[in-house]
Amino acid sequence: MEQMIKLTIDNKEVEVAKGTTMLTAAKQIGVEIPTLCHMHLEDMNIEHNPGGCRICVVEVDGRRNLAPSCNSKCEAGMNIKTHSMRVLNARKTVMELMLSDHPFDCLVCAKSGNCDLQTIAQNLGVREIHYAGAKSTYKVDTSPAIIRDMDKCIMCRRCETMCNDVQTVGALSAINRGFESVVAPAFEMDLEKSTCTYCGQCVAVCPTGALTEKDHTNQLIRDLANPNKTVVVQTAPAVRAALGEEFGMEVGTLVTGKMVTALRNLGFDSVFDTDFAADLTIMEEGTELLQRLGAHLKGDKDVKLPILTSCCPGWVNFFEHHFPEMKDIPSTARSPQQMFGPIAKNYLAKEMGVKREDMIVVSIMPCLAKKYECQRDEFKVDGDPDVNYSISTRELANLIKQANMDFVTLPEEDFDNPMGESTGAGVIFGTTGGVIEAATRTAYEVYTGKTLEKVDFNALRGMEGIRSAKVDFDGLELNIGIAHGLGNARKLLEEVRDGKSNYHAIEIMACPGGCIGGGGQPLHHGDTSVLAKRAAALYREDAGKAIRKSHENPYIIKLYEEFLGKPCGELSHKLLHTHYFDKKNEIEIE
Amino acid sequence: MAKIKLAKDKIEKLIDICKSFNNEGSELINVLHQAQHNFGYLPAEVQEVVARELDVSVAHVYGVVTFYSFFTMVPMGEFPISVCMGTACYVRGAEKVLEELKKHLKVPIGETTEDGKFSISCLRCVGACGLAPVVTIGERTYGRVAAGDVADILKEYQN
Repeated sequence: MEQMIKLTIDNKEVEVAKGTTMLTAAKQIGVEIPTLCHMHLEDMNIEHNPGGCRICVVEVDGRRNLAPSCNSKCEAGMNIKTHSMRVLNARKTVMELMLSDHPFDCLVCAKSGNCDLQTIAQNLGVREIHYAGAKSTYKVDTSPAIIRDMDKCIMCRRCETMCNDVQTVGALSAINRGFESVVAPAFEMDLEKSTCTYCGQCVAVCPTGALTEKDHTNQLIRDLANPNKTVVVQTAPAVRAALGEEFGMEVGTLVTGKMVTALRNLGFDSVFDTDFAADLTIMEEGTELLQRLGAHLKGDKDVKLPILTSCCPGWVNFFEHHFPEMKDIPSTARSPQQMFGPIAKNYLAKEMGVKREDMIVVSIMPCLAKKYECQRDEFKVDGDPDVNYSISTRELANLIKQANMDFVTLPEEDFDNPMGESTGAGVIFGTTGGVIEAATRTAYEVYTGKTLEKVDFNALRGMEGIRSAKVDFDGLELNIGIAHGLGNARKLLEEVRDGKSNYHAIEIMACPGGCIGGGGQPLHHGDTSVLAKRAAALYREDAGKAIRKSHENPYIIKLYEEFLGKPCGELSHKLLHTHYFDKKNEIEIE
Repeated sequence: MAKIKLAKDKIEKLIDICKSFNNEGSELINVLHQAQHNFGYLPAEVQEVVARELDVSVAHVYGVVTFYSFFTMVPMGEFPISVCMGTACYVRGAEKVLEELKKHLKVPIGETTEDGKFSISCLRCVGACGLAPVVTIGERTYGRVAAGDVADILKEYQN
């Protein structure tokens, strides 16, 4: 049994387990100590507490120095003051020193209003910087998805923890020392040239404006204002489960109908759903799974199993950089975003009587890697991207505010057709386990020729980082693996590489929680409990849908009849499948 | 796919160094130490190979290389000169010695003479404060160096 100790914090007695930090103990009695570098992702069992920022210092009776509460442990009988005048004085000095090497860009900074540094400086009542010292000046590094403005970095190093410990991408490290120290990719190369996957988890935890998404809002406003352009939009499933948070709505509120109304009010010519393309993904990926499985069962030794899902662009970047030798294992099916694009520009445009060059396809995504994905050369026709650009959930929320809409009271409208109709299977793409559940629903019925009695596969759901389940395909037992977060993905991938994997299919999503925890979502400020609530919202929308299996989507059936032919057919291969690249640095012998 | 060019014997040597530390990521500093001892400096290519062999990220290797002033990414001279600027050496006139070296060799700190013979760097304390000010050239250590001794010391290496 844990040993409990008693101590006093701000004149209140508190009992905690031995080893508890002062910060956690204070929280237990409702005392919030401001922190900048500290980050506790409880569900992932990650605590980042380098004690570097010094904002969380507290006064301990009998100690000469103030203690950083995030990494100082409670001891029996301690008397701690978290907001004494000595503490406030120190915090203010620390903050002033930090601000003395920070640009005063708040008026135009992308993070303004959502910036931990700004909030704490305001709460501390800092009105003047008494220190004039050197200022860091770094080149702003603009990649297709993420912007690094290291002048705004306060060296909290949360991004490093996400990049190295959670995601095991290893693109970022602290470099140099003293005043010169900064977080950067190897050799201070641009992010674009590094092993960065654009998962955006660094952006999601950055307490300042040092790491932000590449903003496409202004481009969108220009296009919406241009009468010669037909601007259509697709919205990813995870967006509807989180957008409301930006307007003060309760976490886990579904705002599908309000989001559609808002998009229509903004002036989009058609408001469609990426869920439709998710259904299409299931048709293609599910067919590919059954083809590979069939060949495997017939004794084909060359066929690649397990099949890995390929709808997450962060994940695609990850294996291209870190496991290129395995690039023929993932499904060749494009992501839903990139299936939507070519169908819109090759099929829908004709139906609407619009020329390809006059159509702008915009996506609303919970993701920053999607910004990069739509710029990939293989997803362009004569330089024209199938999806012109992608807007994050946060950017959409900002735009709705700019357009002066009272989001909470907006009426609820439906998506346009044909590309707005989707099934419950498409909706759950937004959460970990959802893609493989959607694929299972369709693959089961196609393989067995029987109707599923119960479409909910609870064994595939949950928030554990790595999960496995067996699904009975009428006598054939399928082993399914699921990983979310690239660190977990790496573990499953290493098993596959070493021949130790017995899975038939594996679903991988780069972000913890899946797309609901994407790098473009409303910031959760370290509270990962929001992920399960967002996931529950998607499962609710799925449960409420009349059609819950992708292959029963009437518009998908029509699309194959009128245009595509059959899944994994010739036209599908051209428009809906892709190939992958080896992006690993090769060491060549001279 | 970016390509990194490095001579075959150099790659083999590096792989051997990594192997001698059981390819353990925690031995990174020792590996880099040996690598610099062998190659004179740690260019990007060397760091790429070390990262691959120890299964750590290149960003991490670069982070360590840039953190420790001992490591350098520019080729050092045949006779690398280090002037200790620790407190004891500094107060006993290390700066004057350094100025004198710069004057003689006509290169700034951190760079190498055109003929590749000498490079100058500063370091913080070699643990021989009793000999302050201390200058090291290659493996040799010179104690109680005065600015006036510089010309004679350098002469030892002119042949």
